[in-house]
Amino acid sequence: MTIYLPIAELPVSVFSIFLMGLAVGFISGMFGVGGGFLMTPLLIFSGVPPAYAVASVSPYMAASSLSGALSYLRKGMVDLPLAGMLLAGALIGTLAGVFLFLWLRTVGQVDLFIRIAYTVLLGFIGTIMLLESMRAILRGRRGQPPLVRRPGPHAWFMRLPLKMRFRRSRIYISVLPVIAMGAVVGLLGAALGVGGGFILVPALIYMLRVPTQTSVGTSLVLTLVTMAAATVLHAEANRTVDAVLALILMLGGTVGAQFGARAGQTVRAEHLRLLLGLLVLAVGLRVASDLVATPADPYAVTAVEAQP
Amino acid sequence: MTRAGGAAPRSAGCGRALPIAVRALVALAVAALAGPGGAFAMDAVAAAPERLVLSISQPEVRITSSFDGADLVVFGVAPDGGDFDVVVTVRGPAEEFATWRKSRVMGLWVNTESRRFLDVPAFLSVQSNRPMERIAGPDVLRSEQAGLARNVLVQRVGTDFSDVVQSDPFRVAFLRIRQAEGLYRENEAGVSFLAPDVFRSDFAIPGTAPIGRYTVNAKVFRDGRMTAHAATEFTVKKTGFEQNVAQFSQDHGWLYGCLVALGSLFIGFGANILFRRE
Repeated sequence: MTIYLPIAELPVSVFSIFLMGLAVGFISGMFGVGGGFLMTPLLIFSGVPPAYAVASVSPYMAASSLSGALSYLRKGMVDLPLAGMLLAGALIGTLAGVFLFLWLRTVGQVDLFIRIAYTVLLGFIGTIMLLESMRAILRGRRGQPPLVRRPGPHAWFMRLPLKMRFRRSRIYISVLPVIAMGAVVGLLGAALGVGGGFILVPALIYMLRVPTQTSVGTSLVLTLVTMAAATVLHAEANRTVDAVLALILMLGGTVGAQFGARAGQTVRAEHLRLLLGLLVLAVGLRVASDLVATPADPYAVTAVEAQP
Repeated sequence: MTRAGGAAPRSAGCGRALPIAVRALVALAVAALAGPGGAFAMDAVAAAPERLVLSISQPEVRITSSFDGADLVVFGVAPDGGDFDVVVTVRGPAEEFATWRKSRVMGLWVNTESRRFLDVPAFLSVQSNRPMERIAGPDVLRSEQAGLARNVLVQRVGTDFSDVVQSDPFRVAFLRIRQAEGLYRENEAGVSFLAPDVFRSDFAIPGTAPIGRYTVNAKVFRDGRMTAHAATEFTVKKTGFEQNVAQFSQDHGWLYGCLVALGSLFIGFGANILFRRE
Protein backbone atom coordinates (compact mmCIF):
# COMPACT_ATOMS: atom_id res chain seq x y z
CA MET A 1 0.00 0.00 0.00
CA THR A 2 1.42 3.35 -0.97
CA ILE A 3 0.46 6.85 0.02
CA TYR A 4 1.29 10.04 -1.84
CA LEU A 5 3.23 12.62 0.15
CA PRO A 6 1.63 15.99 -0.64
CA ILE A 7 4.67 18.17 0.09
CA ALA A 8 7.59 15.92 -0.85
CA GLU A 9 5.58 14.96 -3.96
CA LEU A 10 6.19 11.25 -4.25
CA PRO A 11 4.44 8.02 -3.25
CA VAL A 12 5.95 5.92 -0.47
CA SER A 13 5.10 2.55 1.02
CA VAL A 14 3.15 3.14 4.25
CA PHE A 15 4.29 -0.13 5.77
CA SER A 16 8.03 0.35 5.29
CA ILE A 17 7.92 3.95 6.55
CA PHE A 18 5.96 2.79 9.60
CA LEU A 19 8.52 0.05 10.29
CA MET A 20 11.37 2.55 10.00
CA GLY A 21 9.60 4.76 12.54
CA LEU A 22 9.11 1.80 14.86
CA ALA A 23 12.74 0.65 14.71
CA VAL A 24 14.32 4.06 15.07
CA GLY A 25 11.77 4.99 17.77
CA PHE A 26 12.89 1.97 19.78
CA ILE A 27 16.53 3.08 19.56
CA SER A 28 15.49 6.63 20.39
CA GLY A 29 13.60 5.65 23.53
CA MET A 30 16.31 3.27 24.67
CA PHE A 31 19.32 5.56 24.29
CA GLY A 32 17.78 9.00 24.53
CA VAL A 33 18.94 9.97 21.08
CA GLY A 34 16.60 11.74 18.68
CA GLY A 35 17.30 9.18 15.99
CA GLY A 36 17.66 11.80 13.26
CA PHE A 37 21.14 10.57 12.42
CA LEU A 38 19.59 7.20 11.57
CA MET A 39 16.20 8.25 10.18
CA THR A 40 17.32 10.96 7.77
CA PRO A 41 19.66 8.64 5.79
CA LEU A 42 16.96 5.92 5.78
CA LEU A 43 14.43 8.31 4.28
CA ILE A 44 16.88 9.62 1.70
CA PHE A 45 17.61 6.01 0.79
CA SER A 46 13.86 5.46 0.25
CA GLY A 47 13.81 8.27 -2.29
CA VAL A 48 12.65 11.25 -0.21
CA PRO A 49 14.65 14.34 -1.26
CA PRO A 50 17.15 15.37 1.49
CA ALA A 51 15.55 18.76 2.25
CA TYR A 52 12.17 17.10 2.92
CA ALA A 53 13.73 14.20 4.84
CA VAL A 54 15.62 16.49 7.25
CA ALA A 55 12.61 18.74 7.88
CA SER A 56 10.00 15.98 8.25
CA VAL A 57 12.13 14.03 10.71
CA SER A 58 11.95 16.95 13.22
CA PRO A 59 8.26 16.53 14.21
CA TYR A 60 8.81 12.77 14.32
CA MET A 61 11.70 13.23 16.76
CA ALA A 62 9.60 15.62 18.85
CA ALA A 63 6.81 13.05 19.11
CA SER A 64 8.96 10.04 19.91
CA SER A 65 11.13 11.92 22.39
CA LEU A 66 8.04 13.24 24.23
CA SER A 67 6.66 9.72 24.36
CA GLY A 68 9.95 8.45 25.77
CA ALA A 69 10.57 11.45 28.05
CA LEU A 70 7.21 11.05 29.78
CA SER A 71 7.96 7.51 30.80
CA TYR A 72 11.38 8.53 32.17
CA LEU A 73 9.73 11.47 33.93
CA ARG A 74 7.28 9.17 35.69
CA LYS A 75 10.19 7.09 36.97
CA GLY A 76 11.99 10.20 38.20
CA MET A 77 14.75 9.81 35.65
CA VAL A 78 14.57 13.32 34.19
CA ASP A 79 16.49 16.24 35.64
CA LEU A 80 14.40 19.22 34.60
CA PRO A 81 16.68 22.00 35.98
CA LEU A 82 19.60 20.35 34.17
CA ALA A 83 17.54 20.19 30.97
CA GLY A 84 16.68 23.88 31.37
CA MET A 85 20.32 24.90 31.75
CA LEU A 86 21.35 22.76 28.77
CA LEU A 87 18.56 24.32 26.75
CA ALA A 88 19.76 27.83 27.53
CA GLY A 89 23.18 26.85 26.22
CA ALA A 90 21.69 25.07 23.20
CA LEU A 91 19.88 28.26 22.21
CA ILE A 92 23.18 30.19 22.04
CA GLY A 93 24.90 27.29 20.28
CA THR A 94 22.19 26.91 17.65
CA LEU A 95 22.46 30.56 16.64
CA ALA A 96 26.24 30.24 16.39
CA GLY A 97 25.84 27.00 14.43
CA VAL A 98 23.57 28.60 11.85
CA PHE A 99 26.20 31.27 11.22
CA LEU A 100 28.97 28.67 11.08
CA PHE A 101 26.96 26.77 8.49
CA LEU A 102 26.42 29.91 6.40
CA TRP A 103 30.13 30.71 6.58
CA LEU A 104 31.08 27.17 5.53
CA ARG A 105 28.76 27.48 2.56
CA THR A 106 30.58 30.56 1.35
CA VAL A 107 33.89 28.72 1.70
CA GLY A 108 32.50 25.66 -0.09
CA GLN A 109 32.80 21.94 0.65
CA VAL A 110 30.20 21.96 3.44
CA ASP A 111 29.42 18.38 2.59
CA LEU A 112 33.02 17.31 3.11
CA PHE A 113 33.28 19.22 6.38
CA ILE A 114 30.11 17.58 7.69
CA ARG A 115 31.28 14.10 6.76
CA ILE A 116 34.72 14.50 8.32
CA ALA A 117 33.29 16.11 11.45
CA TYR A 118 30.80 13.25 11.75
CA THR A 119 33.45 10.59 11.33
CA VAL A 120 35.82 12.12 13.88
CA LEU A 121 33.10 12.88 16.40
CA LEU A 122 31.28 9.56 16.16
CA GLY A 123 34.49 7.55 16.05
CA PHE A 124 35.86 9.35 19.11
CA ILE A 125 32.71 9.13 21.22
CA GLY A 126 31.99 5.56 20.12
CA THR A 127 35.48 4.33 20.98
CA ILE A 128 35.50 5.96 24.41
CA MET A 129 32.11 4.53 25.31
CA LEU A 130 33.01 1.10 24.04
CA LEU A 131 36.25 0.92 26.04
CA GLU A 132 34.75 2.31 29.23
CA SER A 133 31.66 0.08 29.21
CA MET A 134 33.69 -3.04 28.41
CA ARG A 135 35.96 -2.30 31.34
CA ALA A 136 32.89 -1.82 33.56
CA ILE A 137 31.38 -5.10 32.40
CA LEU A 138 34.64 -7.00 32.95
CA ARG A 139 34.93 -5.51 36.41
CA GLY A 140 31.41 -6.78 37.13
CA ARG A 141 32.33 -10.26 35.87
CA ARG A 142 35.31 -10.40 38.23
CA GLY A 143 32.91 -9.77 41.06
CA GLN A 144 34.21 -6.29 41.87
CA PRO A 145 31.59 -3.69 42.74
CA PRO A 146 30.74 -1.42 39.80
CA LEU A 147 32.38 1.99 39.96
CA VAL A 148 29.27 4.13 39.68
CA ARG A 149 31.23 7.27 40.22
CA ARG A 150 34.91 7.67 40.33
CA PRO A 151 36.38 8.75 43.61
CA GLY A 152 38.51 11.82 43.92
CA PRO A 153 37.91 15.50 43.41
CA HIS A 154 35.67 16.85 40.68
CA ALA A 155 37.28 18.00 37.48
CA TRP A 156 38.33 21.67 37.40
CA PHE A 157 35.41 22.75 35.20
CA MET A 158 32.91 21.49 37.75
CA ARG A 159 34.42 23.64 40.48
CA LEU A 160 33.86 26.92 38.63
CA PRO A 161 31.63 29.54 40.29
CA LEU A 162 27.81 29.61 40.03
CA LYS A 163 27.37 26.24 41.57
CA MET A 164 23.97 24.65 41.48
CA ARG A 165 22.52 21.46 42.89
CA PHE A 166 20.92 19.10 40.40
CA ARG A 167 19.14 16.72 42.72
CA ARG A 168 17.90 14.14 40.26
CA SER A 169 21.38 13.77 38.82
CA ARG A 170 22.91 13.79 42.30
CA ILE A 171 25.52 16.37 41.34
CA TYR A 172 26.48 19.76 42.73
CA ILE A 173 28.43 21.58 40.06
CA SER A 174 28.92 24.92 38.34
CA VAL A 175 26.29 25.76 35.69
CA LEU A 176 28.98 27.15 33.36
CA PRO A 177 30.13 23.78 31.96
CA VAL A 178 26.47 22.72 31.64
CA ILE A 179 25.63 25.77 29.54
CA ALA A 180 28.81 25.30 27.51
CA MET A 181 27.87 21.69 26.87
CA GLY A 182 24.40 22.73 25.71
CA ALA A 183 26.02 25.31 23.43
CA VAL A 184 28.35 22.75 21.85
CA VAL A 185 25.45 20.37 21.23
CA GLY A 186 23.37 23.19 19.75
CA LEU A 187 26.29 24.31 17.57
CA LEU A 188 26.94 20.84 16.20
CA GLY A 189 23.23 20.21 15.82
CA ALA A 190 22.71 23.30 13.69
CA ALA A 191 25.93 22.87 11.70
CA LEU A 192 25.62 19.13 11.15
CA GLY A 193 21.83 18.88 11.05
CA VAL A 194 21.45 16.42 13.93
CA GLY A 195 19.53 16.56 17.21
CA GLY A 196 22.71 16.04 19.20
CA GLY A 197 21.44 13.38 21.60
CA PHE A 198 24.22 11.00 20.71
CA ILE A 199 26.75 13.65 21.73
CA LEU A 200 24.85 14.85 24.77
CA VAL A 201 24.21 11.49 26.42
CA PRO A 202 27.90 10.45 26.55
CA ALA A 203 28.89 13.99 27.59
CA LEU A 204 26.46 13.91 30.51
CA ILE A 205 27.59 10.45 31.55
CA TYR A 206 31.33 10.92 31.31
CA MET A 207 31.92 14.62 31.86
CA LEU A 208 29.24 15.58 34.36
CA ARG A 209 28.86 12.06 35.80
CA VAL A 210 25.09 12.05 35.60
CA PRO A 211 23.65 8.53 36.06
CA THR A 212 23.19 6.78 32.70
CA GLN A 213 19.39 6.53 32.76
CA THR A 214 18.95 10.12 33.97
CA SER A 215 21.22 11.27 31.11
CA VAL A 216 18.95 9.49 28.65
CA GLY A 217 15.75 10.95 30.11
CA THR A 218 17.17 14.49 30.29
CA SER A 219 18.51 14.27 26.77
CA LEU A 220 15.04 13.28 25.54
CA VAL A 221 13.56 16.45 27.05
CA LEU A 222 16.19 18.56 25.30
CA THR A 223 15.55 16.78 21.97
CA LEU A 224 11.81 17.30 22.38
CA VAL A 225 12.11 21.07 22.76
CA THR A 226 14.70 21.63 20.04
CA MET A 227 12.87 19.44 17.53
CA ALA A 228 9.48 21.07 18.14
CA ALA A 229 11.18 24.42 17.49
CA ALA A 230 12.96 23.03 14.42
CA THR A 231 9.61 21.87 12.99
CA VAL A 232 8.17 25.37 13.12
CA LEU A 233 11.37 26.93 11.73
CA HIS A 234 11.64 24.44 8.86
CA ALA A 235 7.95 24.89 8.01
CA GLU A 236 8.30 28.67 7.87
CA ALA A 237 11.74 29.03 6.31
CA ASN A 238 11.92 26.09 3.89
CA ARG A 239 8.31 24.82 3.58
CA THR A 240 9.65 21.29 3.46
CA VAL A 241 7.84 19.68 6.42
CA ASP A 242 5.64 16.90 5.04
CA ALA A 243 2.81 16.34 7.52
CA VAL A 244 1.76 13.00 6.03
CA LEU A 245 5.29 11.59 6.12
CA ALA A 246 5.77 12.87 9.67
CA LEU A 247 2.47 11.34 10.77
CA ILE A 248 3.35 7.84 9.53
CA LEU A 249 6.80 8.08 11.11
CA MET A 250 5.29 9.24 14.39
CA LEU A 251 2.75 6.44 14.62
CA GLY A 252 5.60 3.95 14.41
CA GLY A 253 8.07 6.07 16.37
CA THR A 254 5.99 6.77 19.46
CA VAL A 255 5.12 3.09 19.86
CA GLY A 256 8.73 2.09 19.27
CA ALA A 257 9.94 4.69 21.78
CA GLN A 258 7.69 3.19 24.46
CA PHE A 259 9.20 -0.25 24.07
CA GLY A 260 12.66 1.28 23.77
CA ALA A 261 12.28 3.30 26.97
CA ARG A 262 11.06 0.22 28.82
CA ALA A 263 14.01 -1.78 27.51
CA GLY A 264 16.42 1.03 28.37
CA GLN A 265 15.21 1.18 31.97
CA THR A 266 15.64 -2.54 32.55
CA VAL A 267 19.00 -3.10 30.83
CA ARG A 268 22.02 -2.67 33.08
CA ALA A 269 23.65 0.74 32.71
CA GLU A 270 27.03 -0.48 31.47
CA HIS A 271 25.34 -2.69 28.88
CA LEU A 272 23.29 0.28 27.71
CA ARG A 273 26.49 2.32 27.35
CA LEU A 274 28.14 -0.53 25.45
CA LEU A 275 25.24 -0.78 23.01
CA LEU A 276 25.10 2.98 22.46
CA GLY A 277 28.88 2.99 21.94
CA LEU A 278 28.57 0.25 19.32
CA LEU A 279 25.73 2.09 17.57
CA VAL A 280 27.60 5.39 17.47
CA LEU A 281 30.74 3.67 16.23
CA ALA A 282 28.80 1.79 13.52
CA VAL A 283 27.27 5.00 12.18
CA GLY A 284 30.70 6.65 12.26
CA LEU A 285 32.24 3.77 10.30
CA ARG A 286 29.40 3.92 7.79
CA VAL A 287 30.06 7.63 7.12
CA ALA A 288 33.79 6.98 6.96
CA SER A 289 33.39 4.15 4.47
CA ASP A 290 31.50 6.50 2.15
CA LEU A 291 34.49 8.81 2.24
CA VAL A 292 37.16 6.18 1.74
CA ALA A 293 35.58 3.41 -0.36
CA THR A 294 35.46 3.70 -4.13
CA PRO A 295 31.89 4.75 -5.01
CA ALA A 296 29.83 2.42 -7.23
CA ASP A 297 29.04 5.39 -9.43
CA PRO A 298 31.32 8.42 -9.34
CA TYR A 299 28.50 10.54 -10.77
CA ALA A 300 25.40 11.77 -8.97
CA VAL A 301 22.50 13.96 -10.08
CA THR A 302 20.79 16.39 -7.72
CA ALA A 303 17.86 18.68 -8.38
CA VAL A 304 18.79 22.32 -7.93
CA GLU A 305 16.10 23.89 -5.77
CA ALA A 306 14.65 27.01 -7.28
CA GLN A 307 15.53 29.98 -5.09
CA PRO A 308 12.31 31.59 -3.88
CA MET B 1 -16.40 5.62 -38.98
CA THR B 2 -15.28 2.19 -40.17
CA ARG B 3 -11.77 2.94 -39.06
CA ALA B 4 -12.71 3.49 -35.46
CA GLY B 5 -14.98 0.46 -35.45
CA GLY B 6 -12.28 -1.75 -36.83
CA ALA B 7 -9.59 -0.47 -34.48
CA ALA B 8 -11.43 -0.59 -31.20
CA PRO B 9 -11.34 -4.37 -30.64
CA ARG B 10 -7.59 -4.38 -31.03
CA SER B 11 -7.15 -1.97 -28.18
CA ALA B 12 -9.33 -4.14 -25.95
CA GLY B 13 -6.27 -5.35 -24.08
CA CYS B 14 -5.40 -1.98 -22.63
CA GLY B 15 -7.55 -2.30 -19.51
CA ARG B 16 -8.84 0.85 -17.95
CA ALA B 17 -7.82 3.02 -20.85
CA LEU B 18 -10.39 1.27 -23.05
CA PRO B 19 -13.42 3.57 -22.81
CA ILE B 20 -11.23 6.61 -23.21
CA ALA B 21 -9.41 4.92 -26.03
CA VAL B 22 -12.60 4.22 -27.95
CA ARG B 23 -13.86 7.73 -27.44
CA ALA B 24 -10.57 9.25 -28.50
CA LEU B 25 -10.43 7.09 -31.59
CA VAL B 26 -13.97 7.95 -32.65
CA ALA B 27 -13.22 11.63 -32.18
CA LEU B 28 -10.01 11.29 -34.12
CA ALA B 29 -11.61 9.41 -36.96
CA VAL B 30 -14.36 12.00 -37.21
CA ALA B 31 -11.83 14.80 -37.12
CA ALA B 32 -9.76 13.14 -39.79
CA LEU B 33 -12.75 12.57 -42.07
CA ALA B 34 -14.08 16.07 -41.51
CA GLY B 35 -10.85 17.52 -42.78
CA PRO B 36 -9.07 20.68 -41.74
CA GLY B 37 -12.24 22.72 -41.94
CA GLY B 38 -13.97 20.49 -39.39
CA ALA B 39 -15.51 22.23 -36.45
CA PHE B 40 -13.93 19.90 -33.93
CA ALA B 41 -11.84 21.60 -31.30
CA MET B 42 -8.85 19.31 -31.26
CA ASP B 43 -5.89 20.47 -29.19
CA ALA B 44 -3.49 19.60 -31.94
CA VAL B 45 -1.77 21.60 -34.58
CA ALA B 46 -1.79 20.26 -38.11
CA ALA B 47 1.41 20.90 -40.01
CA ALA B 48 0.88 22.67 -43.28
CA PRO B 49 1.69 20.15 -46.02
CA GLU B 50 0.81 16.93 -44.27
CA ARG B 51 -1.82 16.67 -41.60
CA LEU B 52 -1.28 14.92 -38.28
CA VAL B 53 -3.88 14.88 -35.53
CA LEU B 54 -3.16 13.88 -31.93
CA SER B 55 -5.35 13.14 -28.97
CA ILE B 56 -4.34 12.31 -25.42
CA SER B 57 -6.36 9.91 -23.27
CA GLN B 58 -6.36 12.21 -20.23
CA PRO B 59 -5.76 15.96 -20.41
CA GLU B 60 -5.30 16.01 -16.64
CA VAL B 61 -3.66 13.55 -14.30
CA ARG B 62 -5.06 14.08 -10.82
CA ILE B 63 -2.94 13.15 -7.85
CA THR B 64 -4.83 11.64 -4.95
CA SER B 65 -3.45 9.99 -1.82
CA SER B 66 -3.25 6.61 -3.56
CA PHE B 67 -1.46 8.01 -6.61
CA ASP B 68 1.34 5.75 -7.76
CA GLY B 69 1.85 6.77 -11.35
CA ALA B 70 -0.52 6.87 -14.29
CA ASP B 71 -0.84 5.23 -17.68
CA LEU B 72 -1.61 7.47 -20.59
CA VAL B 73 -2.19 6.86 -24.26
CA VAL B 74 -1.68 9.22 -27.13
CA PHE B 75 -3.48 8.48 -30.38
CA GLY B 76 -2.53 9.95 -33.70
CA VAL B 77 -3.95 9.97 -37.19
CA ALA B 78 -1.90 10.79 -40.26
CA PRO B 79 -4.64 10.87 -42.91
CA ASP B 80 -2.17 10.72 -45.79
CA GLY B 81 -1.46 7.12 -44.85
CA GLY B 82 1.26 5.23 -46.65
CA ASP B 83 4.50 4.05 -45.17
CA PHE B 84 5.67 6.21 -42.30
CA ASP B 85 7.45 6.13 -38.97
CA VAL B 86 6.53 7.91 -35.78
CA VAL B 87 8.56 9.26 -32.88
CA VAL B 88 6.57 10.42 -29.82
CA THR B 89 8.37 12.53 -27.21
CA VAL B 90 6.82 13.44 -23.84
CA ARG B 91 8.53 16.22 -21.90
CA GLY B 92 7.73 17.14 -18.31
CA PRO B 93 8.17 20.55 -16.67
CA ALA B 94 11.65 22.06 -16.93
CA GLU B 95 13.94 21.96 -13.92
CA GLU B 96 17.57 22.63 -13.14
CA PHE B 97 19.87 19.76 -12.22
CA ALA B 98 23.47 19.44 -11.15
CA THR B 99 25.56 16.43 -12.08
CA TRP B 100 28.45 15.85 -9.70
CA ARG B 101 31.57 13.84 -10.21
CA LYS B 102 33.53 12.43 -7.30
CA SER B 103 37.26 11.95 -7.40
CA ARG B 104 39.93 11.04 -4.94
CA VAL B 105 41.56 13.84 -2.98
CA MET B 106 44.09 12.77 -0.37
CA GLY B 107 42.50 9.33 -0.08
CA LEU B 108 38.96 10.67 0.31
CA TRP B 109 36.19 10.61 -2.29
CA VAL B 110 34.99 14.15 -2.70
CA ASN B 111 32.63 15.87 -5.13
CA THR B 112 35.14 17.74 -7.21
CA GLU B 113 33.42 18.72 -10.43
CA SER B 114 29.87 19.55 -11.37
CA ARG B 115 27.85 20.64 -14.38
CA ARG B 116 24.57 22.50 -14.28
CA PHE B 117 21.80 21.37 -16.63
CA LEU B 118 19.43 24.27 -17.08
CA ASP B 119 15.73 24.02 -17.92
CA VAL B 120 15.92 20.38 -18.88
CA PRO B 121 12.72 18.31 -18.68
CA ALA B 122 12.26 16.59 -15.31
CA PHE B 123 10.47 13.81 -17.17
CA LEU B 124 11.39 12.66 -20.67
CA SER B 125 10.07 9.75 -22.65
CA VAL B 126 10.90 8.98 -26.28
CA GLN B 127 9.06 6.22 -28.11
CA SER B 128 9.11 5.11 -31.73
CA ASN B 129 7.68 2.32 -33.83
CA ARG B 130 11.10 0.90 -34.76
CA PRO B 131 14.77 1.56 -33.97
CA MET B 132 15.39 5.21 -34.62
CA GLU B 133 18.66 4.64 -36.47
CA ARG B 134 16.60 2.97 -39.18
CA ILE B 135 14.01 5.76 -39.34
CA ALA B 136 16.32 8.54 -40.45
CA GLY B 137 19.95 9.55 -40.73
CA PRO B 138 21.90 10.84 -37.72
CA ASP B 139 21.67 14.47 -38.79
CA VAL B 140 17.89 14.41 -39.13
CA LEU B 141 17.47 12.53 -35.86
CA ARG B 142 19.70 15.02 -34.10
CA SER B 143 17.93 18.08 -35.47
CA GLU B 144 14.52 16.61 -34.65
CA GLN B 145 15.69 15.55 -31.16
CA ALA B 146 14.54 12.01 -31.87
CA GLY B 147 15.94 9.82 -29.11
CA LEU B 148 16.93 10.40 -25.48
CA ALA B 149 20.57 11.06 -26.23
CA ARG B 150 19.65 13.45 -29.05
CA ASN B 151 17.48 15.73 -26.94
CA VAL B 152 18.93 19.14 -26.34
CA LEU B 153 20.18 19.39 -22.76
CA VAL B 154 21.51 22.86 -22.14
CA GLN B 155 24.43 23.16 -19.73
CA ARG B 156 26.01 26.18 -18.20
CA VAL B 157 29.44 26.39 -19.75
CA GLY B 158 31.34 29.12 -17.95
CA THR B 159 29.20 32.20 -18.43
CA ASP B 160 27.55 30.81 -21.55
CA PHE B 161 24.80 28.26 -22.10
CA SER B 162 24.99 25.49 -24.62
CA ASP B 163 24.51 21.82 -25.26
CA VAL B 164 27.66 19.72 -25.53
CA VAL B 165 28.73 16.70 -27.57
CA GLN B 166 26.72 13.55 -26.92
CA SER B 167 29.74 11.69 -25.58
CA ASP B 168 30.34 14.27 -22.83
CA PRO B 169 30.75 12.17 -19.65
CA PHE B 170 28.54 14.45 -17.53
CA ARG B 171 25.80 14.34 -20.16
CA VAL B 172 26.04 10.54 -20.46
CA ALA B 173 25.97 10.16 -16.67
CA PHE B 174 22.99 12.50 -16.38
CA LEU B 175 20.95 10.48 -18.89
CA ARG B 176 21.99 7.20 -17.32
CA ILE B 177 21.04 8.24 -13.78
CA ARG B 178 17.74 9.80 -14.81
CA GLN B 179 16.90 6.57 -16.66
CA ALA B 180 17.78 4.50 -13.60
CA GLU B 181 15.38 6.70 -11.59
CA GLY B 182 12.63 5.90 -14.12
CA LEU B 183 12.13 9.52 -15.09
CA TYR B 184 13.81 9.29 -18.48
CA ARG B 185 12.72 6.50 -20.79
CA GLU B 186 13.29 5.35 -24.32
CA ASN B 187 11.36 2.60 -26.08
CA GLU B 188 11.93 1.88 -29.74
CA ALA B 189 8.85 -0.35 -29.89
CA GLY B 190 6.51 1.98 -28.02
CA VAL B 191 4.43 3.14 -30.97
CA SER B 192 2.07 0.70 -32.65
CA PHE B 193 -0.17 1.04 -35.67
CA LEU B 194 -3.87 0.33 -35.22
CA ALA B 195 -4.51 0.91 -38.93
CA PRO B 196 -2.23 2.05 -41.74
CA ASP B 197 -2.80 5.68 -40.79
CA VAL B 198 -3.67 5.44 -37.07
CA PHE B 199 -1.05 4.93 -34.36
CA ARG B 200 -1.08 4.75 -30.60
CA SER B 201 1.68 5.18 -28.05
CA ASP B 202 1.25 4.04 -24.44
CA PHE B 203 3.40 5.66 -21.83
CA ALA B 204 3.45 5.67 -18.04
CA ILE B 205 4.43 8.46 -15.72
CA PRO B 206 5.87 7.27 -12.41
CA GLY B 207 4.63 8.29 -8.97
CA THR B 208 7.70 10.48 -8.56
CA ALA B 209 6.85 12.43 -11.71
CA PRO B 210 6.97 16.17 -11.12
CA ILE B 211 3.83 18.30 -10.92
CA GLY B 212 3.19 20.55 -13.88
CA ARG B 213 2.54 20.76 -17.58
CA TYR B 214 3.73 18.03 -19.92
CA THR B 215 3.98 18.34 -23.68
CA VAL B 216 3.51 15.45 -26.07
CA ASN B 217 5.22 15.84 -29.40
CA ALA B 218 4.72 13.45 -32.30
CA LYS B 219 6.78 13.54 -35.47
CA VAL B 220 6.08 11.63 -38.67
CA PHE B 221 9.05 10.54 -40.78
CA ARG B 222 8.87 9.42 -44.40
CA ASP B 223 11.91 8.28 -46.33
CA GLY B 224 14.22 9.59 -43.65
CA ARG B 225 12.71 13.09 -43.53
CA MET B 226 10.39 14.64 -40.99
CA THR B 227 7.18 15.41 -42.86
CA ALA B 228 4.67 16.26 -40.16
CA HIS B 229 4.56 17.05 -36.49
CA ALA B 230 1.92 17.84 -33.93
CA ALA B 231 1.79 18.53 -30.21
CA THR B 232 -0.67 18.22 -27.41
CA GLU B 233 -0.29 18.52 -23.67
CA PHE B 234 -1.53 17.35 -20.31
CA THR B 235 -1.06 18.47 -16.75
CA VAL B 236 -0.21 16.57 -13.59
CA LYS B 237 -1.70 18.22 -10.53
CA LYS B 238 -2.58 17.56 -6.93
CA THR B 239 -6.25 17.56 -5.97
CA GLY B 240 -8.36 17.39 -2.85
CA PHE B 241 -6.53 16.74 0.40
CA GLU B 242 -3.07 16.74 -1.19
CA GLN B 243 -3.69 20.09 -2.83
CA ASN B 244 -5.17 21.59 0.34
CA VAL B 245 -2.28 20.51 2.56
CA ALA B 246 0.34 21.72 0.09
CA GLN B 247 -1.46 25.03 -0.40
CA PHE B 248 -1.87 25.58 3.34
CA SER B 249 1.80 24.87 4.03
CA GLN B 250 2.76 27.36 1.33
CA ASP B 251 0.40 30.12 2.45
CA HIS B 252 0.68 29.82 6.23
CA GLY B 253 4.16 28.50 7.05
CA TRP B 254 4.11 29.50 10.73
CA LEU B 255 0.63 28.17 11.40
CA TYR B 256 1.31 24.96 9.51
CA GLY B 257 4.57 24.42 11.43
CA CYS B 258 2.88 25.08 14.77
CA LEU B 259 0.04 22.69 13.94
CA VAL B 260 2.45 19.93 12.91
CA ALA B 261 4.53 20.49 16.07
CA LEU B 262 1.41 20.46 18.28
CA GLY B 263 0.14 17.37 16.51
CA SER B 264 3.44 15.61 17.10
CA LEU B 265 3.32 16.44 20.83
CA PHE B 266 -0.27 15.23 20.98
CA ILE B 267 0.65 11.92 19.35
CA GLY B 268 3.70 11.49 21.56
CA PHE B 269 1.56 12.15 24.62
CA GLY B 270 -1.20 9.86 23.39
CA ALA B 271 1.18 6.97 22.75
CA ASN B 272 2.60 7.34 26.24
CA ILE B 273 -0.86 7.24 27.84
CA LEU B 274 -1.81 4.29 25.68
CA PHE B 275 1.19 2.26 26.74
CA ARG B 276 1.22 3.33 30.34
CA ARG B 277 1.74 0.45 32.69
CA GLU B 278 1.11 1.26 36.27
